[in-house]
Amino acid sequence: MSLRKPAKDQPESFEFNASSLEAANNIVAKYPKGKQQSAVMALLYIAQRQNNNWIPLAAMKYIAKFLDMPYIKVYEVATFYTMYNLSPVGKYFVQVCTTTPCMIRGANKLVEACKEKISENECELSSDNSCSWMEVECLGACVTAPMMQINDEYYEDLDKEKTSEILDKILNGETPKPGSYRGRINNEPENNRKTLTDLKNA
Amino acid sequence: MLKLKVNDIDVEVEEGLTVLQACEQAGVEIPRFCYHEKLSIAGNCRMCLVEMEKSPKPIASCAMPAAEGMNIKTNTSLVEKARKGVMEFLLANHPLDCPVCDQGGECDLQDQSMFYGVDKSRFKENKRAVPEKNMGPLIKTQMTRCIHCTRCVRFATEVAGVPELGAIGRGEDMQITTYLEQSMQSELSANVVDLCPVGALTSKPYVFEARPWELKKTETIDVMDAIGSNIRVDTYDWEVKRVLPIINEDINEEWISDKTRYACDGLLHQRLDTPYIKYNGKFEKASWQEVYKIIKSKLENTSKEKVSGFVGDLTNMETAYIFKEFFERTVETDNYESRSDNRYINISKRENYLFNSSINGIEDADLILLLGANPRYEATILNARIRKSYLNNNTKIVSLNDCGDLTYPYESLDGQTKTIKEIIDDTHKLSKEIESAKKPMIIIGESLLRLENAQYLFNNLKDFLNKKNKFSEDWNPLNVLSCDAATVGNLDLGVLNNKKNLIEDLKSNKFEIVFLIGQDNLNFAKKNEFVIYQGSHGNKGAECADIILPGSAYTEQDGYYTNLEGKIQKAFKASYPPGDAKEDWQIINELAEFMNNRKLFNDKEELDSSMLNYLKLQSEKQTEQNNNNSNYDFNNENLKIEIKDYYFSNVVAKSSKTMIECNNAKTNLKSTGTEG
Repeated sequence: MSLRKPAKDQPESFEFNASSLEAANNIVAKYPKGKQQSAVMALLYIAQRQNNNWIPLAAMKYIAKFLDMPYIKVYEVATFYTMYNLSPVGKYFVQVCTTTPCMIRGANKLVEACKEKISENECELSSDNSCSWMEVECLGACVTAPMMQINDEYYEDLDKEKTSEILDKILNGETPKPGSYRGRINNEPENNRKTLTDLKNA
Repeated sequence: MLKLKVNDIDVEVEEGLTVLQACEQAGVEIPRFCYHEKLSIAGNCRMCLVEMEKSPKPIASCAMPAAEGMNIKTNTSLVEKARKGVMEFLLANHPLDCPVCDQGGECDLQDQSMFYGVDKSRFKENKRAVPEKNMGPLIKTQMTRCIHCTRCVRFATEVAGVPELGAIGRGEDMQITTYLEQSMQSELSANVVDLCPVGALTSKPYVFEARPWELKKTETIDVMDAIGSNIRVDTYDWEVKRVLPIINEDINEEWISDKTRYACDGLLHQRLDTPYIKYNGKFEKASWQEVYKIIKSKLENTSKEKVSGFVGDLTNMETAYIFKEFFERTVETDNYESRSDNRYINISKRENYLFNSSINGIEDADLILLLGANPRYEATILNARIRKSYLNNNTKIVSLNDCGDLTYPYESLDGQTKTIKEIIDDTHKLSKEIESAKKPMIIIGESLLRLENAQYLFNNLKDFLNKKNKFSEDWNPLNVLSCDAATVGNLDLGVLNNKKNLIEDLKSNKFEIVFLIGQDNLNFAKKNEFVIYQGSHGNKGAECADIILPGSAYTEQDGYYTNLEGKIQKAFKASYPPGDAKEDWQIINELAEFMNNRKLFNDKEELDSSMLNYLKLQSEKQTEQNNNNSNYDFNNENLKIEIKDYYFSNVVAKSSKTMIECNNAKTNLKSTGTEG
């Protein structure tokens, strides 16, 4: 991890569209008058949603004006949280968890697959510009490690082959099935055991 | 009052203080980096950890409110270990480049690591490197040295009112920067150099100039504006290397403006170091005897009504006083003037030209009305006080003109003097607000006093406030914002002539001899006048002179200055004048001796005591002249605030390269702003 810098190519301007504006106003309305700056994180997320999953500088300025706060304060927040993307990401945004439980279960193999299929480096667009990947911290699905997130879906219980398959499908424009790739439903235990029925090796 | 124990010493402190402040009251020093009395509490450096009874962990004393019955220990092995640990972490990423660091010798980190740190490092990994940031022409950055105390961020946001600094990124990658690395748009920006406890932010013009222990330090008074900030002038041999603030809670608190701090390199350039005589349009070097001789013969062969003298904006009071004495006793005329325009001033009472509410009073005010003043550029430190008042009390601020960004929100009116008349006539909504305010403040700028109706407006505003009973023992709501260091001193000494209009006479070329003492702001077309210029810098005044007498700048002679509140303060000699130049009072004294074979004063002490005596007499015979303006024919004027270019407001600043750079940095930014 190093300091994330905003992208070199920045759009000239940014404005909330009608639905974003409505959502933003709803969130600002939750805070007492004069404390509207508290909405900055939610608004940054709305902006990220609207702008193909990344936040340009123009959007930070827009939000700063929207909430009547200094530019630098919005910039501080956007650079602090790693889930705000400051440079363009692919239409399919692959986030591979590499925190300890996933790492022990072979997350580096997933990373290898990403490097082969998408791009050599993190946060780099694939050759057809549709896809990018990055390593992230724990996504909270340790029980089905190793796993990755593609846009809003979790893909769990992976290994290198299964990851490659999923990435191939994505690059062909298909949507692979989310969830466990070892046939588990939700977080149920493997080999059919139901918890505590048999205390041996529980 | 709260009672607590610090290292078994009983202390009683006021409620609302922190443990750190309580420890200070007990005489126990606590090391700190992020804590600063004038800024909000951050509590992020952890250096101030102390042990508190019943607490399992050491506490950050700067952020912990003192409470009844606390038992604080600062000399235990736990505290010692905690300090060592914090110090080790701070030094993990701090480069060991003290020999090439400008902060060396006055570095908090250096000092505290000597006192509280460990003598060796266990950190084997690579140190973090951070690219330098552009923060404009005054602040040099070396961000690898930064320990993230965020003092600079808090200063910019709170005191300077320009929230442009911030900390981006997180954890080890955190960096302090301005928004997109633009230079800081503040006249107080360089105070972050003093605040920075390490060498991350250092002074760009002073880079690699000297070490603090090599410098001679003189505590004196600043003359860049009428505030009279208390400063320390550091000199190396003849050169003034830097200017630093010293604390005076009544005037500048702990801050000084960028001009005060960095115009000092102007003391090295454009200096007049020897007497000059103009022959056929060219200046030639001369001796003191020669120039005195010429002046003597000129003065003797000219009728005294044709002689006039003008005192400048940086002249100290001794010089102004002896100049006045010289005119009254040697030349025998009262054609002397310290103003450079025809602004209205009634010196019958001191109140008429002082900032009566006082600078401290700004913090008590509940309504501030600015009439023809732009305090941000005319009196930067005072503006910081207005901002403080706004932050603490949410003081309402109204300005007649739109002054642009004053670092605090204010309501602006239409800029017409008829609005002031409406206020006076009780027909404006502000009249009610002034009436209901407990401590209103009206700040009158010099721009308003230059208007044709200035006398009417000033006196009627005073009457209006009188009618509303706003004058009391401890509150005087009427304030005049003087711009120059010498203004109030000169008025106290009566160096002005209200009987004649000397400026007009000068412009219509009525004089044969014009004697300028550091006066460079007179715009007159020279015809046949014989101009004598006495001053420190070669500028407008020296350009048109026939004889140049090289004087001293404010750091090169002892001298009194009265600030805009009427506080008299002494500036001390930190350096000596260059070449053949002499102290200003000495030149006049010698000239008088040359002409009459008699000195005006035997020595400086006699001059000082005579002047102080004069001031005492003047303050005793204050009378109020009654101005009846009932039949005055008022006509509306458009009040335009004319302020001198901030970075070039006097000869010292005009000769300073740093000020030119500041101006360029500012104008460049402006031009890109209009394009976008």
